[in-house]
Amino acid sequence: MPDGGLAIQTRGLTKVFGRQTVVNGIDLSVPRGSVFGFLGPNGSGKTTSIRMLLGLASATSGEISVLGQQMPKRAGTVLPRVGALIEGPGFYPFLSGTANLRRLDSADRFAQSSTRTVRVGEALERVGLTHAAGKKVRAYSLGMKQRLGIANALLTPRELIVLDEPTNGLDPQGTREVRNLVRSLTASGTTVFVSSHLLAEIEQMCTHAAVMRSGHLVAQGSLDELRQAGQARVRVLTPDPGAARRVLAQLGLAADADASDTHPLDGETVTAPLDAGQDGDGAIGPGTLADRPLDPEHIVAALVAGGVRVRGFAVERATLEDLFVALTGEGFDVAQ
Amino acid sequence: MSHSDEADSPTASGARVTQPLTRRPTAGWALMGSELAVLFRRRRTWVMLLALALIPVLVAVAVRISSAGSSGRGPAFIDQISQNGLFVALVALTICIPLFLPLTVGVVAGDTIAGEANLGTLRYLLVSPVGRVRLLVVKFVAAMAFCLAATVVVVLAGVLIGAALFQVGPVTLLSGDTIGVGQAGLRALLIAGYVTVSLLGLTAIGLFVSTLTDIPVGAMAATVVISIVSQVLDSLPQLDALHPWLFSHYWLDFADLLRQPIEWSSFGSNALLQLGYVAVFGALAYGRFASKDVLS
Repeated sequence: MPDGGLAIQTRGLTKVFGRQTVVNGIDLSVPRGSVFGFLGPNGSGKTTSIRMLLGLASATSGEISVLGQQMPKRAGTVLPRVGALIEGPGFYPFLSGTANLRRLDSADRFAQSSTRTVRVGEALERVGLTHAAGKKVRAYSLGMKQRLGIANALLTPRELIVLDEPTNGLDPQGTREVRNLVRSLTASGTTVFVSSHLLAEIEQMCTHAAVMRSGHLVAQGSLDELRQAGQARVRVLTPDPGAARRVLAQLGLAADADASDTHPLDGETVTAPLDAGQDGDGAIGPGTLADRPLDPEHIVAALVAGGVRVRGFAVERATLEDLFVALTGEGFDVAQ
Repeated sequence: MSHSDEADSPTASGARVTQPLTRRPTAGWALMGSELAVLFRRRRTWVMLLALALIPVLVAVAVRISSAGSSGRGPAFIDQISQNGLFVALVALTICIPLFLPLTVGVVAGDTIAGEANLGTLRYLLVSPVGRVRLLVVKFVAAMAFCLAATVVVVLAGVLIGAALFQVGPVTLLSGDTIGVGQAGLRALLIAGYVTVSLLGLTAIGLFVSTLTDIPVGAMAATVVISIVSQVLDSLPQLDALHPWLFSHYWLDFADLLRQPIEWSSFGSNALLQLGYVAVFGALAYGRFASKDVLS
C-alpha cells in the first residue's frame, strides 16, 4: 500500500472503544507538501485518528502508512521525522520552557545532543517565546503553552508536522502567527496536517481538507475540489414560476416546492438543486457537474424555449462553510 | 532503510528535510540522564529525601535528651546509640523500613507512568519517539536510583548526626567481633544496599500499578497500600506458608550483615525474591503498557 507521494495514507482505519465505533473505516490520503485540514466537530474522531496515525493508540482494523512506511510497525524510524502537537500541550509545570524542550528532545534518539541548545533556542524563537524561555511552564498562559507545544514539533527539521487544534487558546494574533508559521513550514517542503473544528481558521492556510463526521470521512480533496463539490443550485427569477418548474422538471431538476421570495416586480424565484456530487456514502469527487449536459446555458435556453420569461438566472455553489455545515450539522449537536 | 522511497518523492527531496535520517540513532542514554535530572531536580523528591534525613536526626536527638538509659523497649539497637553514634543509622533504617521508605518509593514508583500520563507528557515522549520498553526501563532505573538515594540518605544522616551527638568508636557486631569505624561505615553502606535491593520488588509493583491508571495519586496510594498489606500478611502466623513469598518478608533481616563473617544467606534469598518480583511485575507492566492506548 505505501505510496511515496503521500505523507499519510490510511485504508479502512477503524477504532472501536467498547461498543462505540469512534473512527469508522476512513481512507485518508494526504499528499506530500500539502497543508491538509482535518475538519470535523468535537467528538467526530479526529484526535483518535491522529493518535492512531502516531502509534499512540492501536487501530482496531485498517492500515496506516506515514511517510511511506507502515505504522505503528516502523514508528522508530517514522516518528523522528514527524513533529506533533496532540490534543493540547503537555509539559512538566515545574520545569522551564527550555528544560521541557530539552527533555523531549533528549527522548529522540536521532536528535543530536551537540546541537540541542541551539535547536531549542531556535524553536523557542520561532514561536516567539524567547523572553519566557527560563520561566517555569507553571507560569505560562494557555496560549504560551500552545506555542511551546508547537516549538516542540519544530525541534528538528521534520517532513510531516501534525497539529491537533493548534489555535486552541490562542488570541486572534496568535492564530495569525500560527498561520504564518504553517506557511513558512510548507515553504521548506514540510507537509502539515492540521486538525480543527473551526473551518474559518483552517480555510485560509489549507491546500487540502478532509471532513469527519461521527467517525466517518464524509469529504476529502483539494479545497477547489471540495468547493466544486458543494451542491450547486439553479436560481431562476421569473414571473412565470409554474412554467419554470415544468421546464426544470423536464430537464430532470426537482424544483424546490416552496416558492422562495417573491419580488413584486420581477416575479418569483424558483430554485432547484443542480444534482452534483453528494451521492450515497458521501465521497465527493470533482467533475460530476461537467459530466452532465446541464450547463447553465442549456438550462437558460430550455427555459426560454419553454416560454419562461427569465429575468434572472444564476448557478450558485455552496461556500466551503455551507458545505462544512451541511456535512457536519450545525451548532452544538456534537456528533455521537 | 527508509531512504529509498524518500528519494523519489517529488516534494520532500529538500536536503534540510531529509537530514535527520542521515544520522544514526544514539543509544538513548540522554533520556536516562534527563529522567534522573527531572526526578532529582524536582522539589517533591528533595522534600521526601529531607523528610527521610530527619528521622535519624529525631532519633538521635530524642535519645540524647532523654538520657533515661536503656529501658529495653523500642526498636532494635536503640540502646546502643548512647555508646556508639553509628547505631543511629541502623535504628533510623529500622524505623523507616516499614512505612517511610515504602511511602516515598510508592510515590516515585507510582508516579512513573501515571505521572507522565497525567501531565500529558507521556504522549509527547512516545511520539518523540521513545519506545515503550525503553521508557519502562528508564523509569524503573530512575526509581531504583531513588531507592538507593533514599536509603543512603537515611544511613548518611544517621552516621553524621550520630557522630555529632555521641561518641563514635569500634563497633561490636552481633557475633561478638569488633570492627573499626571505617569497617563499620562500609557495613552501613552494605546495609543501605540491602535495603535498596529490598525495595526493588515494591518498585516493580509500583511501576506496574502506574501503567494501569492516568491518576498518579491513585497509583502511589495503591503501591503504599500493597506494601502495608504485605507486611500485615507477613505478621500473621496463620499464613506461615505464604511468608517466604512476600516481598516484605526479608525487609528487616539486614542484621545478618552485622556478623563476622557476614552471613550472606538472607541477602541472597532477599535478592532472589526481589528479582522474582521485578521479573513478574516488569513483565506485567510490559504486557500492559506495550499495547495500551495512550489517550491521556
